Amino acid sequence: MVPVVELNDIAHVYVTDREASLAVEGIHLKVEPGEFISLVGPSGCGKTTILSVIAGLLAPSKGAAYVNGKPVNGPSPEVGYMLQQDYLFPWRTIMDNALIGLELTERLNPQSRSVVGNLLREMGLGESGNLYPAQLSGGMRQRVALVRTLATDPGLLLLDEPFSALDYQTKLQLEDLIVETLKERGKTAILVTHDLSEAIAMSDRVILLNRNPGRVHRLFDIPDNIRRAQPFFARKEPGFNELFHEIWGEMQTIGKE
Amino acid sequence: MTSRDEPSASSSKGWLQNIYATHMKRKKSMQNRVLTVQLSLLLLFFIWWEAAGRFKWIDVLLFSYPTKIFANIWDNMISGELWGHLGVTVGETVVGFLLGTLVGTLMAVLIWWSPFLNKVLDPYMVVFNSMPKVALGPIFIVMFGAGFTAIVVTTLSITVIVTTLVVYNSFNEVDSNLIKVVRTFGGTKRQVFQRVILPASYPAIVSTLKVNVGMAWVGVIVGEFLVAKSGLGYLIMYGFQVFNFTLVLSSLLIIAVVATAMYQIVVYIERKLLTHR
Repeated sequence: MVPVVELNDIAHVYVTDREASLAVEGIHLKVEPGEFISLVGPSGCGKTTILSVIAGLLAPSKGAAYVNGKPVNGPSPEVGYMLQQDYLFPWRTIMDNALIGLELTERLNPQSRSVVGNLLREMGLGESGNLYPAQLSGGMRQRVALVRTLATDPGLLLLDEPFSALDYQTKLQLEDLIVETLKERGKTAILVTHDLSEAIAMSDRVILLNRNPGRVHRLFDIPDNIRRAQPFFARKEPGFNELFHEIWGEMQTIGKE
Repeated sequence: MTSRDEPSASSSKGWLQNIYATHMKRKKSMQNRVLTVQLSLLLLFFIWWEAAGRFKWIDVLLFSYPTKIFANIWDNMISGELWGHLGVTVGETVVGFLLGTLVGTLMAVLIWWSPFLNKVLDPYMVVFNSMPKVALGPIFIVMFGAGFTAIVVTTLSITVIVTTLVVYNSFNEVDSNLIKVVRTFGGTKRQVFQRVILPASYPAIVSTLKVNVGMAWVGVIVGEFLVAKSGLGYLIMYGFQVFNFTLVLSSLLIIAVVATAMYQIVVYIERKLLTHR
C-alpha cells in the first residue's frame, strides 16, 4: 500500500537578516492510510515546520515529501489543514465560511453545498448557518473550522494544535468528535500538540521529537485497548498512565540536554 | 437551546423585560438631553452673534450677522445664482473625493502586489506626501487649464498618497492566519486578495473615505481660490475682494452644511458595509 505521507530525509533552514538557522533535520516519516499519528515534543522542535512541509506551504531546504505517492509542490485539496484557532472570516456567515474551500477550488455547486449543510447539521450547527462567527462560542467556531476543512473532502488532515485555544471541557468533547468523525470517514490524520495525554488518547502512534534542530527522537505505538477507546475513556484504560509517564520521562531527558 | 420550565420562569421574564425597558429609557433620555444642549448652544451662538451685530459690539462689515447672512443666501437661492456655484463645487468635491479614494486604494493594491515596486516607490511617496501640495496648484492650472480638471487634480494631490499609505498599512495588518486558511486550500494570490485582504480592509477604506471628505473640500476650495471663475471658493474670493463679508460667511455656512451632509452619507455607507463586525 502506498503510504499517505512519506518524508524522506527532510531538513529545513529558516533564513533571516541575522542568521540562517536549522529548524529540522533528517526527518523520515511514513504514515499509512487511516492512521492517526501525533507529533509531540518541546517547543522549538519543528512540529509546525513538518506540518507546513506536508501541507505544501513550505518547500523544504533538503529532502522530499510525498503525499499519496506524489511529490508535494504547493497546497493541494487532498490535504486539509486545521489551525490553532478557528480563524473564521468575521465578515462571512457560518455557511459561507464552511464553503470557502469549495469556492477556492471552484467545486461549489448545489450538490457540494448540500453536503456541507449536512456536515454542519451532524456537528450540531444546523441552526447556525446564517449566523456570523462573532455570535458563536469558541467550541462551536472550532467545529465550523472542522467542517470547513472536511468540506473539500481531503484524505489527509493536518491538525496544528486545534484545541489549544479552547477550555478543557470543550477540548475533551472536540477530541471525541474529531476522532469519531475521522475514523468514520477513513481519514488519515497528523496531530501536533503540546498535550501528551491528548496525543496518547487520540492517536495510533506518537512521535516524540527532539529539538535544536528538530529530529525524530523515538516512536511509541499505542496499545490496542487505548486506541480503540474513545479519547475521553482512553484516559481511564489500563496502561495509559504507564505510557504517559514513559513518554513524559523521555521528554524530561530531552529538556535537560 | 433547551430550557426547563421553572416556576419563576414567567416572573423572571417580566423582571428582565423591566430591566431592559429601564435601560432603554435611560439611554433615550440621555440622547434627548445631549440633543437639547447641542441645539441650545447653536441657537445661543446665533442669538449672541445677531445681537452683537445689531448693537455694534462687533464690526458688522467684517463679521456680518445671521439674519443678514440668511437673507443673502435666500436672495441668491431665489435669483438662482447660488445653484450654479454650489453645483460646480459639490461636483468637484464628489469627483475629487471618490477618485482620490479609488486611485489611492488602487495604488495600495499595486504596491501590495509587488513588494519590489513598494520599496522603489516608498521614498518618492514620502517626499511627495510631505510637500505642501497647494504649492503645486499653479502648475496644475498651467497643465490642465483653469477649470474643473485642475481643481480635481489639486484635490487628488492632497488625498491620494495619504489614502495609499493608510490602506496599504491596513492590507499589511490583516491576520496572517486568515491568509494561511486560503493558502491551505491552494488559493492564489489573487484569491487571497479578493477573499481576505480586501474584505478585511473595508473598515480602513471607509475611514479614509471619512478623512477624504474633509481633504477634498480643502483641495477644491483652494483650487477655486486659484482658478476663480465659479464655485463657492470663487464666491469667497470675490466677496473678499469687494469687501462683502456677508457673502464670504454665507458661502462658509453653505460649505459647512453640504460637507456635513456628505460626511453623514459616508457614515451611512459605513453602517451598511460594516455590520457583523
